[in-house]
This record gives sequence, C-alpha cells and structure tokens, in this order.
Amino acid sequence: MSIDLKTIKHISKLARISVDEQRAEKLAGDLNSIFEFIEKLNELKTDNVEPLTSIAETTLKLRSDEVKSKNIREQIIKNSPQDNEDYFVVPKVIE
Amino acid sequence: MSDITKQSLTELVENIKNKKLSSTDVTKAFIDRSEKSEELNAYITNDFTSALDKAKKFDQKPNLNLKLPGIPMAVKDLFCTKDIKTTAGSKILNNFVPTYESTVTENIWNEGAILLGKLNCDEFAMGSSNETSFFGNVQSPIDKNLVPGGSSGGSASAVAGQLTPVTIGTDTGGSIRQPASFTGIVGLKPTYGSCSRYGIVAFASSLDQAGPMAQNVKDCALLHEVISSYDSKDATSIDFKRNHYSKELTNNIKGKKIGIPKEYRVDGMPKEIEDLWQKGIQYVKDCGAETIDISLPNTSYALPTYYIVAPAEASSNLARYDGVKYGFRAKGENLIDMYEKTRSEGFGAEVQRRIMIGTYVLSSGYYDAYYLKAQKVRKLIKNDFDEAYKKVDAILTPSTPSSAFKIGEKTNDPVSMYLNDIFTVPVNLAGLPGISIPAGHDSKGYPLGLQIIGKAFDEQNILNIAYAMEEKINFKNRITDWWIK
Repeated sequence: MSIDLKTIKHISKLARISVDEQRAEKLAGDLNSIFEFIEKLNELKTDNVEPLTSIAETTLKLRSDEVKSKNIREQIIKNSPQDNEDYFVVPKVIE
Repeated sequence: MSDITKQSLTELVENIKNKKLSSTDVTKAFIDRSEKSEELNAYITNDFTSALDKAKKFDQKPNLNLKLPGIPMAVKDLFCTKDIKTTAGSKILNNFVPTYESTVTENIWNEGAILLGKLNCDEFAMGSSNETSFFGNVQSPIDKNLVPGGSSGGSASAVAGQLTPVTIGTDTGGSIRQPASFTGIVGLKPTYGSCSRYGIVAFASSLDQAGPMAQNVKDCALLHEVISSYDSKDATSIDFKRNHYSKELTNNIKGKKIGIPKEYRVDGMPKEIEDLWQKGIQYVKDCGAETIDISLPNTSYALPTYYIVAPAEASSNLARYDGVKYGFRAKGENLIDMYEKTRSEGFGAEVQRRIMIGTYVLSSGYYDAYYLKAQKVRKLIKNDFDEAYKKVDAILTPSTPSSAFKIGEKTNDPVSMYLNDIFTVPVNLAGLPGISIPAGHDSKGYPLGLQIIGKAFDEQNILNIAYAMEEKINFKNRITDWWIK
C-alpha cells in the first residue's frame, strides 16, 4: 500500500491542518515508512478476537446531576485568543 | 549544609521534620542550582520567586505531619497548574494559563510540597528524546549533547541533575521509564486508573498515566503514595485500596516468581544490554526469588499496535486546538482557513505527523483495517500478560534496547525513534504498572536500566523487587556537573 499526495491532501483536510506541497511530500514519505511498519499486524489472524475497547474493566460510575461550577464565565473566556467579555469570537461565518 | 541538593527526598523530609533544615534552606538550594543549570534547558517556566515566598510561609508555621513538608518540586509541563502557564511543550499552548489545578499536582501541594517550575517535555508528550519540544531540546546531565530521553526529558534531566529532589512525569508508551533509564534514575509508570488524569494535557487517553521519577526506589514509593488517588473527576480512575507504598516497602522478595520473557531478546540488541539483563536475573536470584522462562508471543506486534491506537486517540484529543477557546490563533480568511492555519503553524512536525496517522486510521474505509485490527491485537497482547501472570508474580526485562543517543541522531527517521519504546509500550497497552531502575553503565559510561513489570494494582510488589535489586546493584550515577561554569 502506498499513500500518495492526493491522500495526504485529503487527510490534511480532514485533520484541518494546511500543508503546502513540500510538507505534503515529506509527510507522504514519513507515513509510508510508518505504515510499512504497521502492516506487520496483517501477519496475525484476528477474526475471532474481541477488540479491547477499554483497559479498565469497570462500568462507569453514576453520579447525581448537580452543578458544581457556578459563575465561571470569566475563567472560561480568560484564555480565549480574541474575546469581547461575553463570547468567543471567530471569523465571520455567514455572508 | 552545602550538599542539600545531593540529598534524597527521604533524607530531606527527615531533615525538615527534625528541624535540621528549613523549607527555605532546601528551596533556596534547589533554586540556586536550577539557576546555574540553564544550559540543560530543563525548565520551560520557573516560579522561583513565589516558591521562596511559599517556603518562608511554610517555615513560619510548619506542618510537619505532612508527607512532603515544605519540599520544593518542579513538575512536567503537561500538568495544569492554576495561574501558572502550562504549555505541553507546544507553541499552540504557549500563552495558556490554566484556571484550575490537575488532581495529581493538587495531591502533591496538599502534602506540603512547593512548586519550583514547569519542566520541558516533547510536544504533547510525543517523542522519545525531548527534541520535539517547541522550547528546544533538553541536555542530559550525563553528557553534553546527549538526549535525556522523552517525553519526560526535562523531568529526567532535572532529577538526575539535582534541580529538583523528585518529580512527576507522564507515560503513554514509555515516557517515564525510557528517560529514567537514559539518565540513571528511577521511574514508575503506575497501573492505568491509579493516578487521576484530570488536568493533564491529554495525548492518548486509554494509555496516559502520571507517575513519579526519583533518585531511588524509596523516594519513588513515597511520591507514588501521594499522587495515587481515586478521583471522581476522571471517569477511568479506579477506586481500589491503595497501600502506604513507602511504609510497606521491603527488600524481602524470597520465593517471588519472576518471569523472563524470551521475546524481549530482540535482533540487534547490544550485548551490553543482554549482559545487564543476565546480571539482573542473578540479582533477583541472590535475593531469594525464582526466575521462570516465559513467553509473551505477541510482543513484536505491540509497537505497530501502539502506532495506530496512540495517534488515533491523539488526533481526536487534539481536535480541541482550533484557535477559538484558548491557545494560539493564526489569522485566516474565513473560519476554516483560520482552523487550518492555526493548526499548521501551532503544531510541530511530529505532532502533525501523528495527527495525520490518527486521522487516516480512523477515516472512512480504513477504520476496520487499522483501528479495529489494532484493538484486537491489543487484546491478544493483554491476554499474553494474563497468561504469564498465572505462573509468575512479576516480569523482568531491559528498559530500553540501547543507552541514550546523541541529539540529532534519530530525528530524521521516525521509525528508528519509535523503536526506542519497544520494551515499554506493551505495558501501556495492557494497562500494567512498570518501573525502570538504573542497573549499570555501558562502555561509554552511559546509564542502562532494567524494567520490572507487575500485575495490575500490584505496584507494591514491583517496588519491593526494585528495592531489593537496588541494594544489590548499588548503582552510582556519574554526574560531573559538566554544564555548571
């Protein structure tokens, strides 16, 4: 299997990371060598194996639905790269 | 006392309790040495001024019943610390100041310790050499231009270089044990669910665990006892009875059965590592334990499995860095363009590589072939350990397939960098505890470590085995202070 530039462009769209041509070529090379290494897993037959989805074999604990943090808007907004005291601000989305 | 920074945590605690030393004496000594050690680049952010204030305050009204009374401590910059910048070694969090505290660090401050500063690490803990940090690589106190290992490289360097008495790191695939091994210190990766993940910048949530790094096993046990706690704020935290690990520490391991897995004898492993392993086997026998040859047949599939599971989880966890709620934001022509530029400029090369791998293996059409396949192999790897633990109490292996390498030596070849974690990754996949202890030097004089892997929640047992071995090994770290002018 080989990951081509078209695939790299597609993944970078999905991952929301812009890559220029030069980066894309470097990434294609890196990913191909990593996937070559990953393909080793195909040696194993796993048809009847249950996938391991959680390492901690416990059921999630239930808790009462209570508000624990009140009036923390200021704290939440504090680290925002651009704010107007009340909201997160993003570039205009509606024309 | 001029040699304060040479003392172990246990000695410092005792000296503070006996009033032979004040918290101010100890804090000053570590600040002084940290200031002389800038060349190591172990710190990202220091908090020395307020550390000294806190120490003075502690001395005015010392509570000597605490486990870490007035002990200064620097921590990996992956733990959120309230009102102190927390970067995860990334440009994207370069301006992030948490408004809350991680549970693990909160446990530490509640026992009387004082924050010295935040330690360098690979970006988002993705790396094995601390070279992926946005804040530059870390020098090893062992030798100039040698990597300290990673991702907890700043932590390892700071403990080995005596910039902090002990520290905490995080371990997703070996990030505590590998740097501990490279710098001649002790590092414990606890059982998954033992230490809360609340407030730790997430990398791969089913693998991440915080753990102690120290100069000796006893210090490691004491710090582990402080950080391990049940926490309702982490849905995967496990409510089990925790030991007083340092109090219950014993070197009596008579009759313990210790497994030696043949699959860890990998191709191309230097003879020095094999010899060290044989020495380790002899040491545990000398302590009255019995060694048994065992097989963990799926070991060679652990690393490929890890490089599907960890990037998949990372790509999902790191989706939150979008330039909106916190962190770095790049200018864009529209919303999507802003996201894409923010993430392209904010993340470093290794992090982007892993997000790309993760996005690919989770994408439509590839999920079954990669992610589901990896989850199945992960089950087989866990079954291997379950089977082995029917016969043995613990497993002894080398910590790493080589000693530390030079800065820049492996940066151009991601796969050769990944191979560093070949002996540590299976432990994370199976959620087990593992400890690395320094066990010898190679021909270059660089430290080499041995790893003891335990059953889930059996930290006490591996700490005891490590404690017994430590006594026999009598390791002396060769720190020449080369970086101090």
